[in-house]
Amino acid sequence: MKKVYSRIESITGNVISVRAQDVAYGELASVSTRFGHSLAEVIRLEDDLVSLQVFAGGRGISTGDELRFLGNPMRVSFSDSLKGRIFNGAGEPRDKGPALAENLIPIGGPSVNPTNRIIPREMIRTGIPMIDLFNTLVKSQKLPIFSVSGEPYNQLLARIAMQAEVDLIILGGMGLKYDDYLYFKEALENGGALQKTIMFVHTAADPVVECLMVPDISLAVAERFALKGLNVLVLLTDMTNFADALKEIAITQEQVPSNRGYPGDLYSQLAARYEKAVDFADAGSITTLAVTTMPGDDVTHPVPDNTGYITEGQFYLKGGRIEPFGSLSRLKQMVNGKTRSDHRAIMDGMIKLFSAYRDTLEKKSMGFQMSAWDQKLLKYGELFEREMMDLSVNVPLEKALDKGWEILASCFDPQETGLQTKLLDQFWPKKA
Amino acid sequence: MTNTKGAVTGVNGNMVTVRVDGTVAMNEVAYILVADKKLKAEVIRIRGDQVQTQVFEMTKGIKVGMPVEFSGEMLAVALGPGLLGMIYDGLQNPLPEVAAKTGNFLEPGVYLDALPRDRKWAFTPSAKPGDKLERADTLGTVPEGAFTHRIMVPFGMLGSYTVKSIKPAGSYTIHDEVAVLQDESGNSHSVRMSFQWPVKRAIDCYVERLKPVEPMVTKTRIIDTFFPVAKGGTYCIPGPFGAGKTVLQQVTSRNADVDIVILAACGERAGEVVETLKEFPELLDPKTGKSLMERTIIVCNTSSMPVASREASVYTAVTMAEYYRQMGLNVLLLADSTSRWAQAMREMSGRLEEIPGEEAFPAYLESVIASFYERAGIVRLKDGATGSVTIGGTVSPAGGNFEEPVTQATLKVVGAFHGLSRERSDARKYPAIHPLDSWSKYEGVMQPSSVAWAHHYLERGTEVGQMMKVVGEEGTSIDDYIIYLKGEFLDAVYLQQNSFDAVDASVSPERQKLSFSRVVRVLGSSFSFKDKEEARAWFNRLRQSFLDMNGIEWGKPAFKDADKAIVAFMDERATALAPEAKRIIESLE
Ligand SMILES: Nc1ncnc2c1ncn2[C@@H]1O[C@H](COP(=O)(O)OP(=O)(O)O)[C@@H](O)[C@H]1O
Ligand SMILES: [Mg+2]
Repeated sequence: MKKVYSRIESITGNVISVRAQDVAYGELASVSTRFGHSLAEVIRLEDDLVSLQVFAGGRGISTGDELRFLGNPMRVSFSDSLKGRIFNGAGEPRDKGPALAENLIPIGGPSVNPTNRIIPREMIRTGIPMIDLFNTLVKSQKLPIFSVSGEPYNQLLARIAMQAEVDLIILGGMGLKYDDYLYFKEALENGGALQKTIMFVHTAADPVVECLMVPDISLAVAERFALKGLNVLVLLTDMTNFADALKEIAITQEQVPSNRGYPGDLYSQLAARYEKAVDFADAGSITTLAVTTMPGDDVTHPVPDNTGYITEGQFYLKGGRIEPFGSLSRLKQMVNGKTRSDHRAIMDGMIKLFSAYRDTLEKKSMGFQMSAWDQKLLKYGELFEREMMDLSVNVPLEKALDKGWEILASCFDPQETGLQTKLLDQFWPKKA
Repeated sequence: MTNTKGAVTGVNGNMVTVRVDGTVAMNEVAYILVADKKLKAEVIRIRGDQVQTQVFEMTKGIKVGMPVEFSGEMLAVALGPGLLGMIYDGLQNPLPEVAAKTGNFLEPGVYLDALPRDRKWAFTPSAKPGDKLERADTLGTVPEGAFTHRIMVPFGMLGSYTVKSIKPAGSYTIHDEVAVLQDESGNSHSVRMSFQWPVKRAIDCYVERLKPVEPMVTKTRIIDTFFPVAKGGTYCIPGPFGAGKTVLQQVTSRNADVDIVILAACGERAGEVVETLKEFPELLDPKTGKSLMERTIIVCNTSSMPVASREASVYTAVTMAEYYRQMGLNVLLLADSTSRWAQAMREMSGRLEEIPGEEAFPAYLESVIASFYERAGIVRLKDGATGSVTIGGTVSPAGGNFEEPVTQATLKVVGAFHGLSRERSDARKYPAIHPLDSWSKYEGVMQPSSVAWAHHYLERGTEVGQMMKVVGEEGTSIDDYIIYLKGEFLDAVYLQQNSFDAVDASVSPERQKLSFSRVVRVLGSSFSFKDKEEARAWFNRLRQSFLDMNGIEWGKPAFKDADKAIVAFMDERATALAPEAKRIIESLE
């Protein structure tokens, strides 16, 4: 029987400390307060002084409350009975189902040996031309959706989740608005995907420490399923809330902040989670899509900035559309050479012309004369925005490529497109 | 292990405090005994009997009171034949061997031999009994891939020695004795083919350092022509995320005209290393005809691997580079990214509660960066041969803003600066090295005055382009407009280069000279166009033919035809050639 400690030495923010022996770094404890039990995790050892962060927060904890060490680090139950279930950040049921305690696995485990990774090779189809055609999503990719608040990023996540052919969806919600939580539940239910979904949801109303657990729990479970051969899609929303939770803890711990209050290890913390995305040579895979809201639409803000360095590109959602500039799939070249022979050329060619269109728009706004070429670009830009960028467009890649040729042909002469003669001969739509 | 015993008194992240009962040395390696595992750590601060260590593993599970052992040795790497082609973590653990042992995941506390234990090497002695030798003198050689690997007197053996005995030619493992050396007091020392060297000490067994003057060809036009790197020099590639730092280094690692390439994947994505790992064994090194992997060593401490070994990884890499330099070889070390290394220092500095400098980086950031790049250099060895270590590091500035401590500290010490710009990468202008902000102090494959002349067109073209944004095309004179078109032309066909095109990806200096000569001809020619529309259309056609030519294999008839056609197309329009252009073209013939 583990000893019960009933003297809490200090309480600062969500961190408490007790004097105790034989406690391991990272070990869990259970704290009984007048509001019920809460888990707490050891985050520092100094002689016999043990500091713990309390999942339910420091509020209302009294120095006389009881604390019991559990002798193990944070774990989560892993089995097929997780499917279709909804939990909170501490791994407790949020739906009406039973608590699960079988087959407990540790979270935040070691990283994959780089030599055991394989080169990503399979496209994930989403039906969204701005993704499939211009920034192809690839199995095992880790990709954030950069966006300001108010953009339909959760709708985009849900849509990709429904469309993608994966075996399992794991949704990790962090600081999720309750409405958004209900939205996901409904969307997945209506799409008939709830039975292949597991949710770990921390809502904005829940204690902040639980927010920190969500990515690790979600990814630990995803990893086990991937090792069993499943292709898992992990959706994390919103990683900025996760980073803010890290910041809050770091500041209560009086750590020296590095950049706008965020701790110096923000990069490593984010990378530890994102790098869980993987394609196992002899088993399944993890693909991660993570919403990262950008305070003030500022991509240089530490959270999107550090994220951009870690992930394999980003989708930049702005004005309800995926922007061609600022969006990037670093893995696209692994797959877009094998789709259709015009894929790469259309991708580069249409973007270059769209960039010229943006320049023309700028000239126009400054009141300069519009040449015949400018007029062509203006027509092209409008078509591109309507037929390619609009998120309501839902077509397979091949249709999107055909559409691309149609748009080009309706605006330009073939040699104005900068595309290779060989491709023009093959694909340029013949006038009826 | 030494006699000193310790016990854990505190854990804070990857910093573990230990109380000790004996002597300890700064940077000594210690092991924390956790259940059935030993976790490697390095002593980073000593205060009385309290010693602080950074642990090279996750610290979960460590308890106060756990025993700690001290090795008496500083953090070191093994040097000897067999390093080439290896894939190591930051502490020189061979990752494929680790995978064979622990499977998919990197379990803590697994430390394997860096060099193959049982492999036999064909040793040929070159010293003989009675010879007087010093450290780094050659005892014999073994063939390693395409190279002659020198077996040297271990660098840590100070003083002079007499060869007492040496093994005859034959096959030996790295653990077999190959020679016995006698020091001045008559003590015998057994020497094997492999020895240890502490990573944080520069290897300095050379006669003198020379000035880096010979270009290190990368086969990337904008680098070799405009912002060259010299063998033994240093350069940095700062750039925001996604601007192309890694791709540029990958391309360089394939094409660089050096003997050996060491890649330090420091705190970045594991996936990128995988590409190299899987592709290099398939690619041929044109110089040796062997696979590229046989001239490459990968040190791979990616972003989710323990942060303390990330800090060590760049030192591990540079130590191996210096080792091969001692054999008279040219080594290129590419580190991606040095910012992650600096951040690893910052994390530890924070835990040590040191007074933070700018952006919480430690105050010693600058001097540490400087002394790292100082380990590059071209040196003259005792036997008269020269060897070099060239260092290229990427920098990942927060927010893409170069006014941050790591970029600034690096710019102070490097010889060339390849600054990548978001603007250029967004416009898909790769490699996105900014042609106006970047610089190099080295001389490249072209005469500096020729390069400066061409560069001037970029500056003026950009000026006109800026002006045009204000006054519009209609407010720009045709002469200015042509200068603008010339600048754009130089940019499009020469500065930009398609890394994913089989031919354009690597351009020999010879071919660069020809292209450059053609470009200079365009820049230096006068043209008369009836209006801007005509000028633009003409330059568009010229650009298209030039880009097509860039994709044709050098020396092929098709290439010569394309070149002739371009020259004819130009001559048809050009009215006069500036004398300076003429001089440059002649100098290139
Ligand atoms: N030379 C190049 N040619 C074509 N595409 C490139 C080139 N350099 C970079 N890219 C594109 O940009 C993406 C990001 O490049 P990368 O080197 O990973 O950026 P960084 O290391 O600066 O974050 C690549 O995946 C590729 O799509
Ligand atoms: Mg990179």
